[in-house]
Parts: sequence; C-alpha cells; structure tokens
Amino acid sequence: MVDQPAIQAEGLKKVYGSGNTEVVAMERASMRVARGEIVALLGPSGSGKSTFLTAVGLINPPTSGTIKIGGELVLNGSKPMVDLKNFRKKHIGFVFQKANLIPFLSARENVQIALEINGYSVQDSKNRALELLNELGMADRADNLPSMLSGGQQQRVAISRALANKPAVILADEPTAALDSHLGRQVMELFRDIAHNHGTGVIVVTHDQRALDVFDAIYEMEDGTIEFRQT
Amino acid sequence: MNLAIKDIRHNLGRFVLTSIGIGMLLMTVMGMSGIYRGIIEDATLLIDKMGGDIWIVQENTRGPFAELSRIPQNLTHRALSVPGVTVARSFVQHTIQRQNNGKRLRMTVVGVDWPIDNGRWIPLLSGRMLDQNHYEMIADKSLGLELGEKIKLGKNSYTVVGMTSSMISSGGDGIGFFTVSDAMSIQFDSPGEAVRLERAARSARVERSDVGLKQPSLIDLSSQASSYLPALASPQVSSVILKLSPAANIKEVMNIIEGWEDVSVYTSEQERELLLKGSVEKVRKQIGLFRVLLTIISAIIMALILYTLTLDKLHSIALLKLIGASNWITLKLILQQALILGAAGYGIAYFLGQKIFPLFPRRVILSTEDLIQLAMIVFVISILSSFLGIWKALQVKPNEALN
Repeated sequence: MVDQPAIQAEGLKKVYGSGNTEVVAMERASMRVARGEIVALLGPSGSGKSTFLTAVGLINPPTSGTIKIGGELVLNGSKPMVDLKNFRKKHIGFVFQKANLIPFLSARENVQIALEINGYSVQDSKNRALELLNELGMADRADNLPSMLSGGQQQRVAISRALANKPAVILADEPTAALDSHLGRQVMELFRDIAHNHGTGVIVVTHDQRALDVFDAIYEMEDGTIEFRQT
Repeated sequence: MNLAIKDIRHNLGRFVLTSIGIGMLLMTVMGMSGIYRGIIEDATLLIDKMGGDIWIVQENTRGPFAELSRIPQNLTHRALSVPGVTVARSFVQHTIQRQNNGKRLRMTVVGVDWPIDNGRWIPLLSGRMLDQNHYEMIADKSLGLELGEKIKLGKNSYTVVGMTSSMISSGGDGIGFFTVSDAMSIQFDSPGEAVRLERAARSARVERSDVGLKQPSLIDLSSQASSYLPALASPQVSSVILKLSPAANIKEVMNIIEGWEDVSVYTSEQERELLLKGSVEKVRKQIGLFRVLLTIISAIIMALILYTLTLDKLHSIALLKLIGASNWITLKLILQQALILGAAGYGIAYFLGQKIFPLFPRRVILSTEDLIQLAMIVFVISILSSFLGIWKALQVKPNEALN
C-alpha cells in the first residue's frame, strides 16, 4: 500500500438533476497524486473544482468513475466499496477557505476532537494535539479560542486538525483565500513541508497564482474536465 | 471531551439567562402544586390537628367545614352517654371581618371546648394555652396580632395569650382560637338597641297570646335576658367532636348516633373527604389544569430554545460530521445541553421558590413527593424538547461545512 499513489481518480463524472434539468458538473476528471506529493488544482469559479474535491473527499460521490485512496478502491461510480464515513475519518484531512474551527473549543481541543472521534484516548489525543500544534508553531496559543487567533493562526490550527489522524490525503479548498499574500505563501509552504515530511498526498484548490512554485504538479480544471498543466 | 459543557462555557451568559427564564417558568409550575398542597393542608388542618374520631353535625348537612351546621351545645351530654365515647367536645367555627387599630382584621374564629380542651394541640410559637373560659385567645401570626395585644370584638376585649403559625382555615384566613362560649359571643353579638327591640317584640307577642293573658308573669319574664327564658333553645354550636376509647368499635358508636334523628355523623376521614370533595375540589381541578398547561408551555419554550441553540451550532455540527463524528456525538451534545438546561432550570426554580413562596399570602407547600414528580417531568420534557434540535442536527450534511 505504501507504493500505491495517495489518490487515484479515474474518469470521474458528476451529473446533477435529470432530463431537461440535467447539469454535468464534472466529466472525464482524472488525477493521480503520489504520496508525499503536493498538487495545485486551478480553475475559474464554476469549473467543477469543488465537485471534484467533494468527490475525492468521499462527501459527494461521483455519478461514474473510480476513486482509489492508498491503492484501495473506495468508490466505483456512486457505489461505495468501503464504509465512506469511517474511511474518510481515518484517511482524509480537510482544510477550508475559512479555518472552520469549532468556536467553543480551544486550538488544542479543535485538534483533539478529531483524534477522539477516531478512537484515541483523551490523554493520547491531548498529547498528540499539542505535538501537532508545536510542529506548526502554535504551541503557545494552544489554549486560545479561535476568536483570539489571527486568520493565519486559525489556518495552522485547521491544518493541525487535518493532520491529526495521519491521513493519506489532505484536501484543501482555497486555504489562503482569506489570508494576505505573505501569510498565504507561508501556508502553502507549510502544505509542501507536510506533504514531503509526512508522505501525505495534498491537493490544494487555489486561485492564488503567486505561490505556484511550491507545488510538485499543477492541474487546471475547466468546464468539468481536468488537464495536467506542468510539473 | 464533553462538547455540551464546552459550548455552555463558551456561551455562559446566554445559558445563565436562558436557565433563569426556564427556572422562573418551572418555579410557577412548582408553585402551582405548592399552592394546591397548601390549600389541602389548610383545609384539613383542623380535622387533622383536633384529633377527634367522630364528628356530629346537623341532620342532612355536610358541616361544619363544607357547609353551615347548627346543633345544640348540650348534645355533648347525650353523646357522652354512648358506650365507648370518652370525650365529647363542642366545636364552633365562623369567619369575621372587623377593624382593629384602623386595619382590616379578617379571622376565622374557632371555639375550643374549654376546660376539656384548652388547645394543647395547637403548636405554640410563644405564650401559653387558654387558661380561663373568657377573654383570652391564641392567634395565628398571619393575623398580624402580637402577644399581649388586646382586641375588641363585639362588646368584649380579648387578650392574645399565645401565638401560633400555619393555622389557616380552608378559606385562607388566619385562625383565632377562643373558648366555645367566647366564640359564640363573638358570633351572636347584637347591639344593645337590637336586644331592646327584640325584648319589646317578645313582650308584645306574649301580650297578644292566650298564654300571656292567662299568666301575666310571663310578660315580665319575656323582657329579661334570653338565659332567663326556660322555653328557649340552648345555644347552638357547629358540631360535636367525639373521642372514643381504644377498645370502642367506631361502627357501633356511629350506628347508635345515626339512630338519633336530629344529627348526622361522620368519621374524621369522612369529614376530610367531604371537605376535599366539596370546597377544594374545583380549586384542585383548576390548579391541576393550570399546572398541565404550564408544563406544556415549558416544554414548548424549552424545545424552541434548544432548537435555536442547535441552529447556532449547525456549522460546527456539519464540521464534526465531516471529520467523522457519528450522529451519536451530535445527539449527545444536544441531549446533554437539554438535560443541563432542565437541571439548572429546576435548581433555579427551587432556589427562587424557597425565597419567594413564603411571601405569598397563602401557604405554598413544596412536598418531597411533588418535587420528585416535577423533577421527573422536567427530565422527560428536557428529553422531548431536545427532539426538535436533534432532528435538525440529523438533517445536517457534512458538506455543509464546506460552504
């Protein structure tokens, strides 16, 4: 399984509605992300980036196509081959445009809850949450509520949470959109380090053209199809 | 990690205010049952405290508490002749409303048959029992009288020799305990002019009658005090209370007295039932319906509050689902908050009730039985009211966290 790619999506198609109201949001979308690789997915609004991300994130299954994660076939068309919720919990981390932290939990608790949900004991969860925050330079803000953190700090906590369960894949949907260019670049570099150091496959959906040099590969999406652009 | 507690801590001010609101609502529910208990306790107080086995009242009446009863005072002598009867006491009860020191004094006058009964069953706060047949009284503190104070009722003044508390009639008025003769004096007190007019009328009637013409001395006698007139009936009391010997058979004693055609007879338990099924029954139903209504309102308000609290957390719930939280985790979050809100509301209701209910004009009695019952009701409505929030939380999809 170690030699297998982190994500392998083949011929994904997503159709909403039927008959006269049928809309094809994604068609023949394929992507292969190796372990330790970070890829960017570019494209204008409405091009199907979010549809692709929610499909490979096992949130919104495609109408057809296959998705393998860590070499394991998890979706064959819309048919789940595994327990999607459980698989998602263990193997996929999400980072969003906004940090999306739970407002009533501290930075540490936001990471800790992801571990507890995955069956870690309270003490182990706490220790690992502190380790992750320390790794991302947030240890000194561990007890702060999200409202007391800057946008960049919140995004680091969100990344710590995404990393909590040592996922095979991290899916990031415009994670720097709410940050200034300096912080945005820092976050992108952080993703690259995580991919390279943890062996995680990272897909970042972004509009930000300024930090494209951090990516190992760049894909572009238009009208529901993905095209490889450059390495 | 307990998400419910974390969320409450984060929104502590709102939670406290919500709990106070729920608490005040529950206090009203608690108060309703307390008022009901108070009415029952007040209504049956005298029957329970006086410790009689049998009550003799006027024929075909449900007196003396459920309706008016008049029987001759000398019935006590007749009752004492029945085998098994050890004590026969006269009992008088009526309500007066007078002025005392410029203030309204509304009081239920209870006459105890001194010296057989000097009121030793009355729980005294201060002072003493009745020591003489006239001009002394024991007052409930709700009457606003003080120990040693003298009040004028009719032509006589009465000294407060003892103070008691929680001695309230079924009408909610404080009780003043007098001897039977004083209680009757207060009840039948007539102004001098009325007495003179009655005596004149009595003389006129005798003068017109054959008896008056044949026996002129009767004309002189008719203008004397009532007690000098042998033909007039003896004074009337409300009822006669009998105490039986331990070996006596209550049914046999009642059978004998039921044979007398001028009275009705009840056991203390029957007297209690008559009172509760009579004057208290409608109040009980009314309060019971209000209680049900308030409980339903509390449940609806709690459901709306929990629903609103859930709406505020929908994004966090979607996020929890996205990172793999089971439905049980979100269900637990809402259910725990509902139970904590219910428990906090109940605690506040009890605390506020303890402070506020004693200020009410009538007694509000919080019995353990009622408190446990309400706790169970609060537990059930907390669970039921969380269903709306839980239903909403279950509708949330993980991808809503992406919006």
